[in-house]
Amino acid sequence: MSSNAVAIPDARSESRPWVLALHDWVTTVDHKRLGILYVLYALLFLVIAGCEAMIIRIQLMFPHNAFVSPQVFNRMFTMHGTTMIFFVAVPVLLGFSNYLVPLMVGARDMAFPRLNAFSFWLTALGGLLLYFSLLGGNGLYGAGSAPDIGWWAYAPLALKAFSPGHSSDYWTISLIVSGFGTVGTAVNVIATILCMRCPGMHLGRMPLLVWLNLVMSGMLLIVMTPLTAAQLMLLVDRYLGGHFFDTQAGGSATLWMHFFWIFGHPEVYVLILPCFAFISEIVPVFSRKPMFGYPVMVAASVAIGFVSMSVWAHHMFTIGMNSYANSFFAITTMAVGVPTGIKMFNWIGTMWGGRIELKTPMLFAIGFLFQFLIAGLTGIMLAAAPFDWQLGLSYFVVAHFHYVIVGGILFALFGAFYYWYPKVTGRMMNETLGRWHFWLFVIGFHLCFDLMHIPGLLGMPRRIYTYEPGRGWDTLNLLVSLGAFVQAVAVLLFVANLVLSYFRGEKAGNDPWDAWTLEWSVSSPPPAYNFARIPTVASRRPLWDLKHAEDPDSRYE
Amino acid sequence: MGVMGWRQGRHARSGPLTVIALVAIGAFPAVAFIAWLFTAIGAAVPVAGGGHVPNIFAPASGHAKAIFDLSLFVLAVTGAIFAVVFGLIVCAILKFRRTEANAFREPPQVYGSTQIELAWTIVPVLIVLVLFLASARVIHGIQDAPEPPGAVDVTVVGHQFWWEFRYPGLGIVTANELHIPVSDPLRPRPTFLKLLSADTDHSFWIPELGGKTDLIPNRVNRMWLDPQRTGVFLGQCAQYCGTQHGKMLLRVVVDSPEGFEAWARGQQQPAMRDEQAAAGRRVFETTACINCHAVRGTAANGRFGPDLTHLMSRSTIASGAAWNTDESLRRWIEDPEAIKPGSLMPAMKLADADLNALVAYMRTLR
Repeated sequence: MSSNAVAIPDARSESRPWVLALHDWVTTVDHKRLGILYVLYALLFLVIAGCEAMIIRIQLMFPHNAFVSPQVFNRMFTMHGTTMIFFVAVPVLLGFSNYLVPLMVGARDMAFPRLNAFSFWLTALGGLLLYFSLLGGNGLYGAGSAPDIGWWAYAPLALKAFSPGHSSDYWTISLIVSGFGTVGTAVNVIATILCMRCPGMHLGRMPLLVWLNLVMSGMLLIVMTPLTAAQLMLLVDRYLGGHFFDTQAGGSATLWMHFFWIFGHPEVYVLILPCFAFISEIVPVFSRKPMFGYPVMVAASVAIGFVSMSVWAHHMFTIGMNSYANSFFAITTMAVGVPTGIKMFNWIGTMWGGRIELKTPMLFAIGFLFQFLIAGLTGIMLAAAPFDWQLGLSYFVVAHFHYVIVGGILFALFGAFYYWYPKVTGRMMNETLGRWHFWLFVIGFHLCFDLMHIPGLLGMPRRIYTYEPGRGWDTLNLLVSLGAFVQAVAVLLFVANLVLSYFRGEKAGNDPWDAWTLEWSVSSPPPAYNFARIPTVASRRPLWDLKHAEDPDSRYE
Repeated sequence: MGVMGWRQGRHARSGPLTVIALVAIGAFPAVAFIAWLFTAIGAAVPVAGGGHVPNIFAPASGHAKAIFDLSLFVLAVTGAIFAVVFGLIVCAILKFRRTEANAFREPPQVYGSTQIELAWTIVPVLIVLVLFLASARVIHGIQDAPEPPGAVDVTVVGHQFWWEFRYPGLGIVTANELHIPVSDPLRPRPTFLKLLSADTDHSFWIPELGGKTDLIPNRVNRMWLDPQRTGVFLGQCAQYCGTQHGKMLLRVVVDSPEGFEAWARGQQQPAMRDEQAAAGRRVFETTACINCHAVRGTAANGRFGPDLTHLMSRSTIASGAAWNTDESLRRWIEDPEAIKPGSLMPAMKLADADLNALVAYMRTLR
């Protein structure tokens, strides 16, 4: 690895005019720059969708509140959900895999750099199309609007009869376009992992992050297909007189649900698997031990990939499927808990007997472990179909999936930001601000989403723009909103930390965390071609071998 | 401030605090859960004024009770898992932190253990099996329950944004407030609902009487209720159905057997013909009202809106969005947007005199 000391000309030159620098960024095919573009793009949409969440929470602070009209409220939750899933969570995770996978497998770039750039710009266009609906949603005959059909866009609500105008068309087209981008990147990640690994890195020596990204990409290839097909069918229904989902002409509303959720549920695992990946890198490094039970972790990841393809209809327990179908989807859903539980135990096993350093990335990782545990357990409650007949479609479900997405995915992402920021920028993130960010976010998160379960138990359905006083929902909703504001402040601290540390952060050096995977062997930020000489590895932790030549991992694997 | 600023001394001071805070935050959901449990128990006990806060843990029917029992079992199992795993996480953090003594020594590198991993694979599999069997039993018990003779049949039709109730055996059509008889566990008289939709998806949910089932256009769903005490039970549409999903409220009135018979007899009567309100009836029959609303025994037989034959037997209007008073009736007819923005009822723009007459006529539809 010392061969990387070979000087590589620095592509960034500060003195160039900004137009040329911008041109470089727009036309780049470098996986690291595209990764950064993905992440910045996702952060922009995180702030936008976060503002939408604030509007929702202000409206729900008091019963019979009139902060926004029901029409605006419905648009807000539709845009919040769609944006967060498709234009925040997916791009930020693809950004990380873009940046990290080639570095971790010892490659100089992704397998198809131009496809990579094309995919990013498709995703970017998709996000713009969604928000263009604010201007063009009503076509040429009036003020704009945004889709208000919910992010599932259930038929027949999404059809012409109930959604005139063009706002839901923008929703459809933006998902088709960004879906093509997602598939392009998935193909790219798979090809990179299967074909571009450095000498010595057979499948059994890949870092877990790479394994999990392989599973995620494979899942994306499968699940984007039904979603795109359904979107095309919806367009056919809306414009070409099709009757797939048109219940007034014999179509089936439940057909759309199946199409949507056979995408929608695996999508949750598509989002959580890369987060498992972050945790599987952060926990070992900050516990100073290798991952406990690596082969079992790999097997559990692949098992999650397969089993999660057969659970989608647990989103549909209330639609009146027969008792056999309900039982089937109850057991498959509970079965996913087994490999997920194995992962949880292995992370704890890694910490057990280690030397845990509670730095910011590890704090977020521990937050993840704890909150994902609770999210998993409320998931088991929802998997028990009769319990779901009570809990489903209520605020309990809203609290549950925010526990997964915020408490799990977002916490893991924050950990990943603090962990890899030094590699990407060459500077450390500020630890004090990081701690403030962590604690504020934890407090806001628990105030918001712990209490949010309770109105669901008291009968509050989701997606209502206001509610009656005297149902026991008032105080809880007020506290939930306060928790949401605390989280917003914490996210602003995080963004401030990102910006300040870029200019003022301490120099990081190549390997600030004393870590073990290949990305830490190159300079921070890495040179344009990553590795001057392609490395050769002999174990899962090449840098451990390098640092402990007297007792290398390769002896035990 | 970065990694290099992480001095030994500072670490020794902030470490215990961090751990205490972690444990405190960890306890938060547990505290919230206990707080909720007290609320739920408190809620199940009637409060002053006769009402209580409806919730899924105060079941008032056999159907809801079966789900409640299952939910207690699931809560116990998941609670035990939570206690064990959370305990392990806290233990790991407490026991294996970096200290001054071990700061510069890597801990023993352990790669895994087949026995331990087998154990934590097999135990979850067994737990899943038990949970599945418990769920499957309740799924079957509720979904495949046969309809006993003497059960009441009701067809529920979901509309944007109100509920239509038709009793085919009794010849009754009403809206938004469902009357059903109490079902004595010894002599069960459940109500079987046939769930349809006229437009988009809706979902019928009364937390205390049972789980929810969707109303989906071009599809027939079924569910049943067997309330075991009388009273008014609140619920609302649970599946997003459009602009006014939020005010598609639902009331179920559980009557004593005699009360139900009396109510049904009243509903079977044709509309009252009070000559005092003839002017209002003329307004009603000569405006667009009759395109959407029905009043049996008059020219009005529309089906887009609620049947008004016995409007005054209901305590709310606009699907529970307002109490059924003269004043709210007036406001509702004059400007529905003021009560329920986005509802499909048009503003009638009547002259003041006509509006007064119309409200007076509505008052006679007892």
